[in-house]
Parts: sequence; C-alpha cells; structure tokens
Amino acid sequence: MANLTPELEAERKKICKVAKDFGLDCFETIFELITYDQINQFAAFGGFPVRYPHWKFGMEYEHLSKSYEYGLSKIYEMVINTDPCYAYLMEGNMMMDQKLVMAHVYGHCDFFKNNIWFSKTNRKMMDQMANHATRIRRYIDRYGYETVEDFIDVCLSLENLIDRYSPYVETSTKPKEEPLSAEAQSEIGLLKVNRPYMRDYINPPEFVREQRQKMAEKQAEKARRFPSEPQRDVLNFLLHYAPLEDWQQDVLSIIRDEAYYFAPQGMTKTMNEGWASYWHSKIMTQKILTDSEIIDFADHHSGTMAMAPNGYNPYKVGIELLRDIEERWDKGRFGREWEECDDVNEKKHWDRKTGLGRDKIFEVRRIYNDVTFIDEFLTEDFCVRNKLFVYKFNKRTNRFEIDTKDFKAIKAQLLFHMTNFGQPIIRIEDANFENRGELLLNHLHEGIDMQPDFMQATLKNVFKIWCRPVNLVTVMDNEPHLYRFDGQEYTQHKAGEGAP
Amino acid sequence: MSIREDHNRFKDIVKGKVKEEFRKYVSQGEMIGKRENDFVKIPLPQIDIPNFRYGPKQQGGVGQGEGEQGDGIGEPGEGQGKAGDQPGEHLLEVELSMDELADILGEKLELPRIQPKGNKNIETLKTKYSGITPVGPEGLRQFKQTYKKALKRYISSGTYDMKDPVIVPIRRDFQYRSFKKVPQPQTKAVVIYMMDVSGSMGDEQKEIVRIESFWINAWLKKHYKGLETRFIIHDASAKEVDEETFFRTSESGGTLISSAYKLCQEIIETDYPPHEWNIYPYHFSDGDNWSGEDTRLCVKLLNDFFLPNVNVFSYGQVESKYGSGQFLKDLAKEFQGDERMILSQIEGRDKILDSIKDFLGKGR
Repeated sequence: MANLTPELEAERKKICKVAKDFGLDCFETIFELITYDQINQFAAFGGFPVRYPHWKFGMEYEHLSKSYEYGLSKIYEMVINTDPCYAYLMEGNMMMDQKLVMAHVYGHCDFFKNNIWFSKTNRKMMDQMANHATRIRRYIDRYGYETVEDFIDVCLSLENLIDRYSPYVETSTKPKEEPLSAEAQSEIGLLKVNRPYMRDYINPPEFVREQRQKMAEKQAEKARRFPSEPQRDVLNFLLHYAPLEDWQQDVLSIIRDEAYYFAPQGMTKTMNEGWASYWHSKIMTQKILTDSEIIDFADHHSGTMAMAPNGYNPYKVGIELLRDIEERWDKGRFGREWEECDDVNEKKHWDRKTGLGRDKIFEVRRIYNDVTFIDEFLTEDFCVRNKLFVYKFNKRTNRFEIDTKDFKAIKAQLLFHMTNFGQPIIRIEDANFENRGELLLNHLHEGIDMQPDFMQATLKNVFKIWCRPVNLVTVMDNEPHLYRFDGQEYTQHKAGEGAP
Repeated sequence: MSIREDHNRFKDIVKGKVKEEFRKYVSQGEMIGKRENDFVKIPLPQIDIPNFRYGPKQQGGVGQGEGEQGDGIGEPGEGQGKAGDQPGEHLLEVELSMDELADILGEKLELPRIQPKGNKNIETLKTKYSGITPVGPEGLRQFKQTYKKALKRYISSGTYDMKDPVIVPIRRDFQYRSFKKVPQPQTKAVVIYMMDVSGSMGDEQKEIVRIESFWINAWLKKHYKGLETRFIIHDASAKEVDEETFFRTSESGGTLISSAYKLCQEIIETDYPPHEWNIYPYHFSDGDNWSGEDTRLCVKLLNDFFLPNVNVFSYGQVESKYGSGQFLKDLAKEFQGDERMILSQIEGRDKILDSIKDFLGKGR
C-alpha cells in the first residue's frame, strides 16, 4: 500500500480534496514512492509490476534506463487504469514535481473512470496481468522457453491487428443471427403482392424461377466465401479458425486481451494527456503552488508542453483544445448564430456570457475520443493561433519540409494519424482464397504504403499461425500488388483488379 | 524483480545477433585500441518485432512553429512527453565490453580454454603483512600499537596521571608491523608480435595484421592477468618498437626474418625466463624471405631455441601481391605435425576469423 512520506501524504490529501471540489471523480488512487530503477522497470512493463516473461520488456528497460542514466529522459509519472488506480512517484524528485505529478494523476484517473472508451476495460487488470504471467510461465515450464518465446514473438507481431471499436459494438459478442429459413429466402427478391389474384401478374412464374436461381447462386457464393464479411479483428479470427494447439490458442488470446486493454489509451492519448495537463495546471496554479515554487512549475510545465516543429505533442494540442472549448462555451461561441455570423469584428468580441465552458469540457471528456475530439473541435482559428502545419517528406530536397498550413489538410493529417492509431487497417478478406484454404488479407490503402521489410516479416509470421499460404493485397508505389508467402518463398504479383 | 530476467534475455539475444554478424565486425577494425573494460558501440540491425506499419517517408505529420511552406524542419522524432503506454521505436546501438566481445569470439570460434604451460610450480612471492613484532625498520613502526603498549606500561607501573595524561613511549614499547612472504602460484604470459614491414607488405596487409593481433590479444588477456606485449618490426634488420609504431610504420627494403627471431630470442632471454613465463611469439609476414640461407637460419633458431621454450610459435602469412609466400611452405615442410608450431595463411580480411581459429583453436 501507499508508502508516502508524511509531507507527501499531506499534500496528496490537499490535492485530492481540491480535485474533488473541481468536480473530478476518481477511483481511489494509491500512490507509491519508488526508485528510478523501479520506475523504469514498471514503465518497461507498461505500468504493471508483473508481466509474462519476454525480452521486449527487457529491451524497453534497457532503453529507459540508458536514457535516464545519460540524462536524456526521465519519467515523472506513471498511472495505471485500474480500480483502485495505482500511480507511481519517483523518489528524490522535487516536492513541486511530486505535487504536479499528483495533480496530473488525478486528471488521468478521472479520465479513466469517466471516459466512455475506457468503460469496457478490465479494472482488475493488475490481477489479470499476473494471471497471464502465470499461465505463460506454466507453458514455458511445459514446452520450453524458446518455443513459447518464439510463439509470443509471432503473436506480438500481429498484436495491432485488432478492431479497436469492436468492444463497444454490442452484437459482436452475441452469436451470429440465424440464417433465414429456406422459405423466407426463396421469397426474397419477389415483388410485394397484396392481392392474391394479382400474384401471377406481378411475379410471373419465369421471374420467380429466375429470382430463385439468382438467390441460390448468391447463397452458394456466400457459402463458398469464408468469412462472409471481411474481418477487422484478425486476431480473433485466427484464434477461432487457425490450427493452433491449446496452449498457443491461450497465448494468442492473452496477447489479444492485453492489446484490447491498452487500446483505449491509444485512442484517447491527446484527450487524456490534455485533460490531465489542464487539471494539473488548474489545480497547481489556483490552489497548491507556493510562491517559491512558481518558477520551477512554469519551467516544468512549459517543458512538457513544448512542441517541436517536427513532432506532435499530445499534451500541447490536448490542453489547448480543451481550453479553447471552455472559452468558446463560456462566451457562447457556438451554435447557429455564431456559425452564421460573418462579421470578423463582432466575432472577435463575441461574448454571450453563457458560462457553459466547464460543463462542456466535462461532457467532452466523457463521450469523445481523439478522432471525434479533433473532428468536432479543431477550428481554423485554433490552427492559425497555434501555428500548426503539415510537414511532408520532400524527395527532391531529401528532407522533411513544411507542406501546408491549410486547415483542412491539418485536420485530415491529424485524423489520419489518429484513426486506428496511425496504423494500417488490415482485414481478413477470405480464408479460403482460390479455394485452397489460403488466407487473403486486404490492406485498405489510404495513400501511404507499408514499410516493405516489416510487411514481409509480418506476413511470414501470419503464415506461422495459419500454416497455409498467406496473401496480402496492398498498394505499393501506386500499383496494387499481391504479396504471397507460401512457407518457402515470398513473392510479389501484380494484382489484376486490385482486391478480388 | 522479473525485469532482470527479461533484461538478461534481451542481452543474450543481442549477443546472439552480434555473434551472427561477428565476422563483419571483426574485419572492420573499428575496435582496435580498446581496452578490456572499454565499451564498444555496435549498431545492430533491427531487433524489433515486425508488424504491419507505414513507411516513414510518405507519412508526414503535424508540427507547430514558425516557418513558411518549404522550410525544412529536421528529422521527425518523438516530441516531448513522457514514456507511457507506447513502447518507443528506436534503432538499437548496443554496448558491449571488450571482455564480452572476447567471450563472443571464444564462443563463435569454439575456442578451447588455454592451458598454461604444465609447470604449476611457478611461484611468485607476495609480501603480506601478518602481525606485530617488537623489532623492525622504523618505516613500519605502528603508532597506535606502540602507544597502547606505552599506556599499559604507565598504568601497570602506576605512573599514569589522569590529570596530565602524557605518554612517552620508550624504545621497548616500539611495535612494528611484521610481514611474511607468501608464495603464490602465478601464470605469467607474454606475447611477442613480430611483423615484416618490408616493401612488399602493403597497407591492407598491415591492417589485417593489426586486426588479427588485436583479437588475439583480446582472447589471451581473458586468460592471463597482466598479459605483457612486446612488438618487433623487421625488414632486413629488426628493432623493438611500441604498439603505436608497430601498427603505423611503413618501411621498405629487403627481408631477413632471422633478424627478428634473433631479437626476439634476446628479449626472451633477458626478460622472460621460459620456466616462469608462458611465451607466445607471433610472426606475421608475406613470406618473402631474402634467401634460402636465411630461412635455414630461421629454422635452426626455431628448432634450437623457440620450440623448446615457448608455449607455441605462431606464424601467419598474409597474402600480398608481391610476396612469394615461400616461407610458409618451408616451415610447413620442416615442422609438419609439430604441435608447438602453428601456421596459418590469411588470404584477406574475410579470412581473419578463420586464421584466429587456427592460432587459438589448439588451446595451447
């Protein structure tokens, strides 16, 4: 349990009270004071004290501890989405830093509890992770370290092939709807007839026959095609239909569960960090800071908020957008009247004294995720004020350059970056491709090619699970291609008509 | 904490990768000059788990700041922020100590441990302070013990005055540290590198010698604490040089290999009595000796002096455009099957590792 020093505990109580008074609604939050080495360990484990054994955590740890030792980066805070919420403070940080971190953590904690996209996450994930670790250790004991590790490598390589929205779709858990009865099927495609004596005129027998035949063909086509609809949740499909051993199936399901657990954090990164930063700033500057700490606070805060020309900072964009929303709703700068007003001067001094800002941002934190947040609240005015731009790689000059400051382009770029967390969308199109039991994946190409070497390696990993040749349709250099790995050879074919 | 386990596993994987690509690293020669405890930075090819991801160049992103269309912005990196839920992407540059690299060398080539020469009775005497005696040199006088002794004397004789606690030690209070010589078994080793720097040895040949001797040194250092190294260069005459010069010098002229062997013999006789030392002479040349007469002299030196006295005599012949390579053949004919003689031919950079294997694979 908490091991805060009396001073820290006193501050914690104060901050907690202030946060509550502002209307933040958190799970009980347990702070632990730990050393830099421990914080690096926990961070390498994604915030959890126990994970299944895997070298990627060791790699992450190596990176974190090296960066820390060389003074390149420092983790101030870590907080886990569980109930109760666990958060870590680093021993030896300045008192001001600790207070700031605590205020920040309460912001996150409120977000975890109230944002709808977190509503499906397992709040007992701490236990779940430990269980996962135990299960995987058991398989290691039984099947050997390298065997299990190799398989985990394969699973992790496909970890991002999940459907981030599926947990929120109710029907996805229900069994498939019953197929229509034969009778009903045969009726489909006939025109509606109210008067029995008109039946043969409206649906002449040859037409009925024709329709029946069409229907039968369609059925046959559908039966041949499996899955009947393209599947976004590739992992789920493989879990059910790939020829896996029991333990492999379990390992794959563990990786999938954990991927789903972490998914909302990716989906709300900007909002979540923006929200926490908004609140640490508010709590600290209004209630907590002492005079002597103000400079350090400003220094730390501005360091966190700094946005380089060549990097997107979710903290910065998040907090600025939330503040913008608060101001707009405070001054009534929304709705039809505002939208239709053409007078620049009037708009500049527009203040309807609506005072709805605070309520609005609480609503925003409840029901939005990054995509909807940017889509709805990013305004041209905001982009100009914050000097945002889109950069692109210029092949001619061989460097990254500012491409445009056009609002639409900025918005499109941000949304693109956030949809599916900036990763390509890949679906299972056919699990019986060419009627040979081969897997056909389709990349929904949106103007950006995949990285070829990674694509090749990943496709080989899909093969390891599917155990039959795997195919991937994507666009490479403006041409649709089909890539195929049959267990021995990796080949590239021009796709005739794009996706079959 | 189980992160240690994962961390070690990761390090093992890294070492495995280094081992896979070891031949490449060995022949590059960037590491020359590193000492045992120095770290060597090695850039590794991707060790990341692959997944379907976008190529970086077409992607672009959103940034913030001053500037107009067409202004460069530098390489996009992760902006400010805290490490959180997403593992970062980074190129891997691993650090290994020379010691670890030598281990990898050993594993890669499956080198046996070196057996020091059979005479375990080589002993050195080490001085150890072991106790206190009433006599000894003034330099070893023990201040504290001496005063204690004087204090005892004062108290037992009743002359100690609490109010004026002045103690004056006299001669018989004096205490000295005593020492004794403890014999310690020790293995001492010296490597003597001889290199032909005559006109026919080009820069590439010398670079090969440099790399090869560096790795040999790294391996031998693992086995002998305080390994000594000596360097001899020769053309028609031989001289002893320091390490720096050894690797830099370029001379021209003819080649008399015997000159180096004579100098080497001299060094061994003066500094390294063979019954106390493990001696490893290495000679690198392009094998183009001046005359058959000189070669015969070399063979005689080897037979009479070197082979009975050294652990193993190693001769590496570097292929060069000019060299005839006759010397290797002559030695091979003479010392066929003699375990105390190792001959190796180095055709080029790629063969360095194989040659090291030749030299060190016997474990002598």
